[in-house]
Amino acid sequence: MKNLVLTRRTLLAGASATSLLSLLPKTSLAADGSSVLNVIAFPEPPTLFIGLDQNGSTQTVAGKIYESLLTYDFDFTPRPSLAKSWEVSPDGLTYTFKLQEDAKWHDGKPFTADDVVFTTKEFLMEVHPRARVIFENCETIEALDPHTVRFVLKKPFAPFLMAFEMSTSPMIPAHLYKGTNYRTNPNNAKPIGTGPFKLADWQKGSFIRLVRNPDYHGEGEPHLDEMYFHILPDAGSRALALEQGRVQQTQFQDLEPFDVQRLASLPNIELITKGYEFYAPVARIEFNTRVKPFDDKRFRQAINYALDRKAILNTIFFSQGRVATGPLNSKTRFYDPDVTRYDYDLAKAKALLDDMGLKPDANGVRTQVKFLRLPWGETWARFAEYVKQSLGKVGIAVEIESADPAGWTSRYANWDFQMTSNYPYQFGDPALGVARFFVSSNIRKGVAYSNNTGYTNPRVDELFAAGASALSKEDRQKAYSEVQKILTEEVPMAWLVEVDFPTLLDKRFTDVVVSAIGVNETYRRARKVG
Amino acid sequence: MSSTLWRLLKNPSAAIGIGLLFLVILVAALAPVLYPQDPWAMVGRPFLPPFTDPQFPLGTDMMGRDIAAGLAYGARVSLLVGIVSTACAIILGVTLGGIAGYYGGLADDGLMRVTEFFQTIPTFIFALVMVAILSPSIQSIIVAIGIVSWPPVARLVRAEFASLRSREFVQAAIALGESDRHIILRQILPNTLSPVLVMGSLMVASAILTEAAISFLGLGDPNMMSWGYMIGASRTVIRQAWWMSFFPGLVIVLVVLTINLVGEGLNDVLNPRLARKGRA
Repeated sequence: MKNLVLTRRTLLAGASATSLLSLLPKTSLAADGSSVLNVIAFPEPPTLFIGLDQNGSTQTVAGKIYESLLTYDFDFTPRPSLAKSWEVSPDGLTYTFKLQEDAKWHDGKPFTADDVVFTTKEFLMEVHPRARVIFENCETIEALDPHTVRFVLKKPFAPFLMAFEMSTSPMIPAHLYKGTNYRTNPNNAKPIGTGPFKLADWQKGSFIRLVRNPDYHGEGEPHLDEMYFHILPDAGSRALALEQGRVQQTQFQDLEPFDVQRLASLPNIELITKGYEFYAPVARIEFNTRVKPFDDKRFRQAINYALDRKAILNTIFFSQGRVATGPLNSKTRFYDPDVTRYDYDLAKAKALLDDMGLKPDANGVRTQVKFLRLPWGETWARFAEYVKQSLGKVGIAVEIESADPAGWTSRYANWDFQMTSNYPYQFGDPALGVARFFVSSNIRKGVAYSNNTGYTNPRVDELFAAGASALSKEDRQKAYSEVQKILTEEVPMAWLVEVDFPTLLDKRFTDVVVSAIGVNETYRRARKVG
Repeated sequence: MSSTLWRLLKNPSAAIGIGLLFLVILVAALAPVLYPQDPWAMVGRPFLPPFTDPQFPLGTDMMGRDIAAGLAYGARVSLLVGIVSTACAIILGVTLGGIAGYYGGLADDGLMRVTEFFQTIPTFIFALVMVAILSPSIQSIIVAIGIVSWPPVARLVRAEFASLRSREFVQAAIALGESDRHIILRQILPNTLSPVLVMGSLMVASAILTEAAISFLGLGDPNMMSWGYMIGASRTVIRQAWWMSFFPGLVIVLVVLTINLVGEGLNDVLNPRLARKGRA
C-alpha cells in the first residue's frame, strides 16, 4: 500500500513538472543543444499553402517550406535557389534554367522539371493573378530533360527573371496537384515543399512549429533545428515577447512604430532595415479621379501641396522611412528623383483652389470631401486624422469614413470612395508592382489593387509598355523616368512616405536577413552563434 | 416635484453627484468657448507631459493635440450618447412593456418573447456588431446602444403595469369607461415613472461606458473626439505617455460615478418606503 502511494506521488510530481516545463517560455537553446528560432506570425496565416494565399504572414512562414527557382540580393541580382544556373538568350526571348539535381519534396519524391512546367503553365495561371500576368508572356514552357526547363517568351519582358521569387512563383508538387481541384485538394492542409523546413505542428491560435528538413538540397543546411511561429494578436504582447526573449525576431508591422525605437535600443537586439527591398511600399493617398472635384488636376495638386510629408514621416511613422517623391520607392529599380516635387506649401495649395473657383465660405470651407481610411491599425487611423487636419487648413473639409477590412476592400475595389490611403508592395520592378495602378488596361471594377483611381493617359500606357519590353537597362530607365515625370505632374495619387519596415533580431542569430525578401526567405543559412 | 429635488439635494451623496454632473454639463456646453480650436487640431508639441506648459495643463497627445480640449469635447459626445440612447431605450421599453403589461395575454406573450430574444444576446457584442454593420458614426452608436438596452426597461414596466392594472383606481377608471389610451397614459404611466427614472439614470452611466468601450475598440465615430477614443488611441503609447489614457479614464470613472450617485439619490427619494423611514 505504501509503495502504491509513493508511486502515485512520484507520478504526480512527474506530471506537474512536465506541465510546468511546457508553461516555461521557449528559449532559443533547447536542453539538448539544438538551436531554435522563435518568431512571430501576425496575423495568423489562414493557410500555409502559399500557392493559394500570399498574405504577409503566410509568406513569412511558408517561405521556409516552399521555394522558387531563384532568390535575389538586396540589389535584385538573381541568385540560385531551386535553379542552380540559368541562361538568357541575347534577344531576351529564351530563358533556360538548370535545376538542382538532389532537390526532393518533403514526401521524398524528387523535384524535377515537370514540377516547374506544371507550376508555371497550369497551377499559377489558374490561381495566382500576379504570376499570371508574368507567365502569360510565355509562348512555350517545356522540360528539356528532368533537370532543365526552357521558357520562350512571345515578346521581350524585361523583368522576367524577377518572377522566380518565392511568393510570385512558389514551386508546387505536380504529383500531388496535377489534375486535381487546387482549392479543395486535401494536401493544402499539409504543405509539401522543397524548403529547408517542414511543418511539424500547428496549434491554431497558439503556434506553428517547423522542423529541419534533413534531406534538404543545400549542403549541410539548414543550421537551425526548429522554428516556432507564435501567434500573438495583440501589439502589446508582441513587444513584450521580444523584450522578455520569448521570441528572437519581429518583422514587418509586428511592433507599433513607437515600440521599435525602444526595443531596438535593448542591448541584445539588432535593428535591420535591409531585406524589404522587394516590398518597398510608398504610403499614399489614392484619389478617385472619376468624382468631382478629384477629376481636376489642380485639386489633386493642391492636396499634394497641403500635406507636410516630413511631419507625417516624423509623427505618424516615427521617422521609419523617407519622404517619398513619386510613385516609385527609391529602393525599387528605375527610381528617378528628378520629378515634380510637392514641398509643403499652403499658399500654393490655396492658389490652386482659388484658381479652380473653390472659394472659402464664411467658415473657411471651400469644399467637402470624404476620406475612406485604411482599417489596418493605429498608424492609419492617425494618418487619416492628420490628413483631415492638414486639408482643413486650406479649406478642404474632410469627413473620415471607417470600414472593416472586408468593407474597405470591397469599397476600394468597386470605386466607392473619394480618397483612400494605401501602401502596396512594389516587387522590385515598376513592371511588376507599379504599372498595375496606372495603366488604363488595368481599370477593372471589383478588383482591388488594380487601377482603382480610374487614371488614364495613353502616353503613360505606352511608356509602361515600353519599359516592360525594352531590352537594355538604359531604355527601360528612359521610359520609367518619363513616366515618373508625367505621374508626379498629374498626381492621380499623393505619394507621401517610403515606409521602412524594421526587423528586430536577437544578436545571437546571424545570416538571417540575406536577400531582398528578408524575413520571407528560406532561412537555409540562418545560424545561431551565441 | 420641487420637493423631490429639495429632498434630493438634502441627500449628501446625491448633492455631490448633481453638483459634479452640472459641472460636466457646463464644460460640455462651453467646450467651443473654452477651446475655440477643434479638439483634433495639432496645436502643440507632441507628447507634452501634463503640468509643464500652462497652455496645455493636461499635456498633449502623440500628434500634439490638447488633451484638455479633447476631454471637453469628449464630454459632449458622452453626454449626447448617454442621454439620447437612454431616451430611445426608455421610449421603446416603456411602450412595449406598457402594452405587454396592460393587455396581457397574446400581446404579452409575443412581446416578452421578443424581449427575451434580445436579452439572450450579449449586449456589448450585439452593440458592436450593429455599429460595425451600420458603419461607425455617432448615430449608429446611439441606435445600437438604444436597441441593446431597452429590454430591462420593458420588463420592469411590464411588471409595474401588470400589478397596477388590477388596482382599484385602474378598475375604477375602466368602470368609468375611460379609453385604454387614457388609462395607460394618465392613470398607470405616472405611477410607474419613479422606478423608470431611477433605471434610466443608471442606464445613462452604462451607455457612456458602452460608448467608451466601442470607441476604445476603434469603432467610434472617426470624426468626433470621445473619451473612449482617446484611451484607445493612447493605449499603445501607455509606457511613453501615461497621461494620454489616464485623464480620459479618470473622467469616465468620475462621470459614471456621478451619474450613479444621482441615480442612487433618486432611488432613495422616490422610493416611498425609504423616504418615509428616512425623513419622518
